Amino acid sequence: MQTRTPALIDHTTGIQAQDVHAWFDRLHALRGISMTVPERKVTAVIGPSGCGKSTFLRCINRMHELVPEARVSGRVLLGQENVYDEAADPVLVRRRIGMVFQKANPFPTMSIYNNVAAGLTLAGERDRRKVEQIVEQSLRAAALWDEVKDRLHKPGTSLSGGQQQRLCIARALAVSPEVLLMDEPASALDPASTLRIEELARELANDITIVIVTHNMQQAARVSDFTGFFLDGELIEYGPTNDLFTKPRDRRTEDYITGRFG
Amino acid sequence: MQRRYLVRRWKNRVMAGVTFLCTLAVLTPLFLILAFLASTGLSALNWDFFTKLPGAAGEPGGGMANAIVGTLVLITLAGVIGIPIGVLGGTFLSEYPNTRLSHTARFAADVMNGIPSIVMGLFAYVLIVLPMHHFSALSGGVALGIMLIPTVMRTTEEIVRLVPQSVREASLALGIPIWKTTLRVVIPTAAAGIVTGIMVGLARIAGETAPLLFTAFGNRFWNRDILQPIAALPLQIFAYAISPFDDWHRQAWAGALVLVTIVLIVNITARYAAGRQVKLR
Ligand SMILES: Nc1ncnc2c1ncn2[C@@H]1O[C@H](COP(=O)(O)OP(=O)(O)OP(=O)(O)O)[C@@H](O)[C@H]1O
Ligand SMILES: [Mg+2]
Repeated sequence: MQTRTPALIDHTTGIQAQDVHAWFDRLHALRGISMTVPERKVTAVIGPSGCGKSTFLRCINRMHELVPEARVSGRVLLGQENVYDEAADPVLVRRRIGMVFQKANPFPTMSIYNNVAAGLTLAGERDRRKVEQIVEQSLRAAALWDEVKDRLHKPGTSLSGGQQQRLCIARALAVSPEVLLMDEPASALDPASTLRIEELARELANDITIVIVTHNMQQAARVSDFTGFFLDGELIEYGPTNDLFTKPRDRRTEDYITGRFG
Repeated sequence: MQRRYLVRRWKNRVMAGVTFLCTLAVLTPLFLILAFLASTGLSALNWDFFTKLPGAAGEPGGGMANAIVGTLVLITLAGVIGIPIGVLGGTFLSEYPNTRLSHTARFAADVMNGIPSIVMGLFAYVLIVLPMHHFSALSGGVALGIMLIPTVMRTTEEIVRLVPQSVREASLALGIPIWKTTLRVVIPTAAAGIVTGIMVGLARIAGETAPLLFTAFGNRFWNRDILQPIAALPLQIFAYAISPFDDWHRQAWAGALVLVTIVLIVNITARYAAGRQVKLR
């Protein structure tokens, strides 16, 4: 039904972007991205500021179209389904593809517990026991449980920055997404918290597909299996992280990773 | 050097003094009103005032129980009408700021804010009293409710607009539909601020007299039917104040004291609610 990048062919709930273009009004922010994100791996997206990394992520879970005057074209396959299909419901797409933002954004009026439960309760889940169970599971998966289990009913905003970010990860995990998009999840955190988030990304990749945007090349090298280098809305180079960092094929990639610009 | 410093210090003191006087000028009328009401009204305030119906004309004694309850009923009716429309309307204005409907509604709200309250009374009179052929609590509630809408709508709009985009995105990214995000995440985040706006609006309409003159009309007796005329504190105060009886004059002051106290309590509640608003900036 469509062409696939041969090397990464066997993954079923990975993501395939096919000629994705994105606009903000007149600004052509993505210029034909085609990229296959393999299932249950960590894929990093790197590139200089303004090159379209966040926009690409937001095209995957259909958040881009929520910006007034924003447009998308092309196809994004989640498994076999095009999330931009006429019949596809953006709300369901976002349930299957979770997102963590650069700045931790817990719901300010909700407790730690309610933050994690929000995706379930707001979708109408009534079974308290089930919600309780999922909240605990998600907080454990986000490596936060031990730190908050005694104060689940304190406000989410009472946590430290790093804890808040893990809370947001737990919140995203609670609706059991198949893919988790992380947009510079550690850029506002201290080195120790950053390391925890990186470990977390690696662990989560045992179960779900992770796409992580980062400014930090060491981070991309540490955390990811594959890396894509974006420049001015185009995907310049994409491949196994190790190859991209040790023997880049494109001059611009080399310039970027050796710090000559960006 | 030394001299310049002294001059500056002197200027500083003068400015501080001026600021202090201005503050005093703002507070003085409030305290004078309260003190005056207390000194004149307190003497007529007794148990009877809160529990009894008005006495016959010219007879001493009796109270304003029905007017106090009537005012609360009217405020409730106004709230039932004005709060949902105001809050949902204000939320719409904030979430869809640039639609033609929003521009129109915003303009309409501002115009409505400037319409004299007696005209609101006339409007409710034409809309409800004339078709029903008699005065009613309902028509008074409608008049006050309509007056409540623009205040609640504009304050809601302001506060909902302060809810950070990141909060909306967090919810949408969880796969919560937009409408649910607005109702269950955005509005609760702004809730305390919205409540403050509602309280301020209610305090404002609680003392309105003109819109009630030919709607609620007033009533010397208890009324349990919102389709019948109902007493209200401002109306009762007005009626007693222009009467020739000393005892009624005293009761009018007492009524004014109760009304101001109600308004004060509502305003203090509003402050408390405002203090509970989660920081949006
Ligand atoms: N809401 C918006 N409205 C208009 N233009 C936007 C908007 N968001 C981003 N852009 C533009 O789209 C382009 C891509 O932005 P994007 O946020 O995807 O970059 P990025 O690679 O994530 O950058 P950074 O590393 O700084 O986060 C930029 O030129 C940016 O100015
Ligand atoms: Mg970005």
